[in-house]
Amino acid sequence: MSGKILKKADAFYDVYERKPGADKLTTHYCPGCGHGTLHKIIAEAIDDFGIKDRTIIISPVGCSVFAYYYFDCGNVQSAHGRAPAVATGLKRANPESIVISYQGDGDIAAIGGNNILQAANRGENITVIFVNNAIYGMTGGQMAPTTLLGQKTMTTPRGRNPHNEGYPLRLSELLSTLESPVYIERVALTDAKNVLKARKAVRKAIKCQIENKGFSMVEALSPCPSGWRATPVEARKWIEEKMMPYFKLGVYKDNTKGKEPYIPPKEEFTTSEIEKIIGIAATKGKEEVRIEPPAARYRNPAIKIAGFGGQGVLLLGEALAEGGMRAGYHVTWLPSYGPEMRGGTANCQVIISDDPIGSPLVSAPDVLIAMNRPSLDRFEPDVKKGGLIIFNSSLIDRRPQRADVEVIAIPATEIADNLGNTRVANMVVLGSYIAKTGILTKEAVISTFPIFIKRRDLIPLNEEAVQKGIDWVEG
Amino acid sequence: MEHVLEEVLPRIEICEEECKGCGLCIHYCPPKVIEASPSLNSHGYHPAHYKGEGCIGCGICFYICPEPGAITVYMKPSKGEKR
Repeated sequence: MSGKILKKADAFYDVYERKPGADKLTTHYCPGCGHGTLHKIIAEAIDDFGIKDRTIIISPVGCSVFAYYYFDCGNVQSAHGRAPAVATGLKRANPESIVISYQGDGDIAAIGGNNILQAANRGENITVIFVNNAIYGMTGGQMAPTTLLGQKTMTTPRGRNPHNEGYPLRLSELLSTLESPVYIERVALTDAKNVLKARKAVRKAIKCQIENKGFSMVEALSPCPSGWRATPVEARKWIEEKMMPYFKLGVYKDNTKGKEPYIPPKEEFTTSEIEKIIGIAATKGKEEVRIEPPAARYRNPAIKIAGFGGQGVLLLGEALAEGGMRAGYHVTWLPSYGPEMRGGTANCQVIISDDPIGSPLVSAPDVLIAMNRPSLDRFEPDVKKGGLIIFNSSLIDRRPQRADVEVIAIPATEIADNLGNTRVANMVVLGSYIAKTGILTKEAVISTFPIFIKRRDLIPLNEEAVQKGIDWVEG
Repeated sequence: MEHVLEEVLPRIEICEEECKGCGLCIHYCPPKVIEASPSLNSHGYHPAHYKGEGCIGCGICFYICPEPGAITVYMKPSKGEKR
């Protein structure tokens, strides 16, 4: 006959296979760290509520960036401070899921300050676990928004000065002034009594979400023995003596009793509805206009398209990628451009492949489409031996120097000008490329135009431009 | 035939390889029945070690310990559970 057993929760992996290195049994946290204690409390709650299969924990940036090593449930690791935004998406897309956004003080109160503010204000039905250790722990103990007055950190060597760095931010108090949040409590991971209070608060916050009541947050004052240069026991005392007088423990908001559950209406989109919404329904039905495979040397091309911003190099790439997709290829399209709408330089990288594509990066292109001189100068040396360079001879006053590649010189801007619109030079070049290589049909390419060309009256002109490019090569 | 040792309850078990020697359980254990082992584990820590008797099954060491699997607490059956 035995009684209750307190043991490692099922919501933890038995062995942390995702953790690199030989030791897969212990966490990567320092001895005495508060993260482990909180992880245990959360994992136990997941077990007890029976929600392991529908829980998603969001690892932030900070020491707990690797929380996904440990929790045997859904895991997403988000960009710095963006966990509440990611949580919003996860929860809204899967209202049945239990979404826990786990964040440190630098993450939630500095870089992600507006993210948490807006998520709380929208009343997202998520649970935020906010680990407050008054510094940036992972990067070596710099000042955080929650650093105490006078506290010495790497970036406040003389102590935090309110005239210079302002006062420690009390996030629980701040968020509790908002209407939407349902439950907000501050706890401390110090002695047994406070740890058990933290346990109770975390369970209540998760329950609040399970019951569809709305936004809940638990702020846990948490020890960082390494960052504070203290022993694990001293660190817990430091919380009691230094942090708790300023960050007062307690329930800052609790509407869980009176709050009516809100379950968002189910919105299920069919494929055809989605196509209609994003405007591709009109072009459906022209798919799989795949032709005979092109000559071997033109297959599976990695393409770099470069020019001035405004020359339509991104659109050229999009038309190629979309056309390739419709023809049944695997494709990627990766743009790279400056902040300018016109001028500046732009390039994009397109891969069209018979096989799945590992990376969309094109550092050594098989095909270079250069719309202006700087693009040819910059990318010519990168083209693979035996590759193809198509250059806009209207604007480029030299031929490529490479002798080991095929070259098409096409006065694309002049041809476009003759059609009455300089800006369709990109389509002239596109026409020359498909005619030269046979990778796509004209039909496949122009079937994509209704997506990219907003002014429908310009579609015939663009089609004509493609034909001119084809004629240049074939004629 | 077989001699089954009766389980001593309550008691704790410490996985010494999962212990980082932070000392929190030792400090916060109410009956002070945990001590630092004089030997080192493979990570180079002096792991916590149960003295072998005196556990009151309060569970404080379990919740105060940051390592998920280092401490397991076997509590006494509560009165309702007893036959």
